Amino acid sequence: MNSSAEINIEYVARLARLALTATEQAKLSQQLGDILHYVDKLKQVEVAGIEPMAHGLPVFNVWAADVVVAGLSVEEALRNAPEQRADSIVVPKVVE
Amino acid sequence: MLAAKSISASELMQAFVARTTAVEGRVHAFNSRDEVGALGLAAASDARRAAGQARGPLDGIPIGFKDVIAVEGQPLTASSKMLANFISPYDATVTTKLKAAGAIPWGRLNLDEFAMGSSTENSAFGATANPWDLTRVPGGSSGGSAAAVAAGEMPVALGSDTGGSIRQPAAFCGLVGLKPTYGLVSRYGLAAFASSLDQIGTLTRTVGDAAQLLQVVAGHDSRDSTSLSTVIPDYSAALQKKSRPWRIGVPKEFFGPGLDAEIGAAVQQALAFYRSAGAEIREVSLPLTAEYAIAVYYLIATAEASSNLARYDGIRYGHRTRVATGAISIYAQSRAEGFGEEVKRRIILGTHVLSSGYYDAYYLRAQKVRTLIRGEFMRVFQDCDVMLSPTTPTAAFKLGEKSSDPLAMYLNDIYTIGVNLAGLPGISLPCGFTAGGLPIGLQIIGQPFGEAEMLTIAHTYEQGHSWHTKYPNL
Repeated sequence: MNSSAEINIEYVARLARLALTATEQAKLSQQLGDILHYVDKLKQVEVAGIEPMAHGLPVFNVWAADVVVAGLSVEEALRNAPEQRADSIVVPKVVE
Repeated sequence: MLAAKSISASELMQAFVARTTAVEGRVHAFNSRDEVGALGLAAASDARRAAGQARGPLDGIPIGFKDVIAVEGQPLTASSKMLANFISPYDATVTTKLKAAGAIPWGRLNLDEFAMGSSTENSAFGATANPWDLTRVPGGSSGGSAAAVAAGEMPVALGSDTGGSIRQPAAFCGLVGLKPTYGLVSRYGLAAFASSLDQIGTLTRTVGDAAQLLQVVAGHDSRDSTSLSTVIPDYSAALQKKSRPWRIGVPKEFFGPGLDAEIGAAVQQALAFYRSAGAEIREVSLPLTAEYAIAVYYLIATAEASSNLARYDGIRYGHRTRVATGAISIYAQSRAEGFGEEVKRRIILGTHVLSSGYYDAYYLRAQKVRTLIRGEFMRVFQDCDVMLSPTTPTAAFKLGEKSSDPLAMYLNDIYTIGVNLAGLPGISLPCGFTAGGLPIGLQIIGQPFGEAEMLTIAHTYEQGHSWHTKYPNL
């Protein structure tokens, strides 16, 4: 396991699409360092041959009937959009 | 009372509106509420009852919603600036079921932002106070739900429990808090925090109320692929049944260092009660849970949270920054402005433990230890019907006491968190008060889909005690 000291907040923040100030980065480095140090204790547990568990139920695949059901109207779907025009959400231009 | 027509639904609703007006300034349990709408639904309930068409025991009963459970046309903020102006376009499945039963949605209740916290201090709209001592936290993350019921602003409320977020506030506020088995209650319409751990449950004054609410909200829902098809028993009828002498397991590690002496003594008295009622009390051991559950939880929960909260990008709904203009910078800046400190901390931790080079060491290892923890619980259940423990190591702490130390806050969840990892049902019920007058919670842990027996055992304790009849002086 990599050392907990190696958490690169700037890199992880970029992965998470989360802008952090220098002050936030410094504070998080220290706090997450403490937390990662704490969770390092999991290294003590013997897990060879143990299957990972995704959730508490023995359910592995669920199929739904392929039936059309009513969804939200355009008006309802756009109701919470931060900016909209002509039945569309306004977004910044991403293609030059 | 409603069925006997000794009070009308309208009178009942008016009484809760008046009580809320009187105490809400001190408690701050609500994020928002619609008095006119609630009174209108109460009048409709009275009309149904007058016409002989009452829909059952919940018809006309006001119920609060933790502000992460959708009610169509009402705000859903998750106590986050990110969703400060969000209006739910549809009902959660639990909401649909409660409305069909005639219950009246009464208010949106405060929480730690996106249910991340144990004190309700992480709300973007200000902390909630504990009605038993306004200088203390109500617990969290369903702190608004607990405080509202404890303060008499409503009879019952819904919460959600990811690592103890119903049971811990119930313990801190002297209430019954029920967290059902993972998969018993649909999560459709619940704003997701950690999808493999989240479960909707109830905060009530009595075990009987919890049984009645569970009866309505439990059951398979095709819109939640983790909801299980299982036979739903009659929970209220089960409370009256005399079953075989119970075998109650007591995990010895849950009575170790860190447990407040007054709480330990109250739980021992509860054990003595069950022993005198004919139960067999067995010491059992959950060594992996006691040692590793918190570490496993904070890796899995933050990993799932970082994934779930990726949807808040400032584009389709939620807060969008006015500062940035490029696509990527709109995401990053909207999230920076919309999320509070604890949410950012968990997103960063969760992103880190899922990132290339760390995934196996942290996330995958945590999932494997989770398997071992569930196995540990299930082995104990081969010889026990339920387990019994304190809900929390201490009573309600002071506002601000732990808010600067995230790890200390996380450690407070020690007795509740294993239940979520293993997907089990758990309930907290009042079992006494500290010398300082703060409520103490007793936790009963049930077998998967063993709610009926767990509720019956809780009800038996409640019938022999009067803690649930005490009210805070507000």
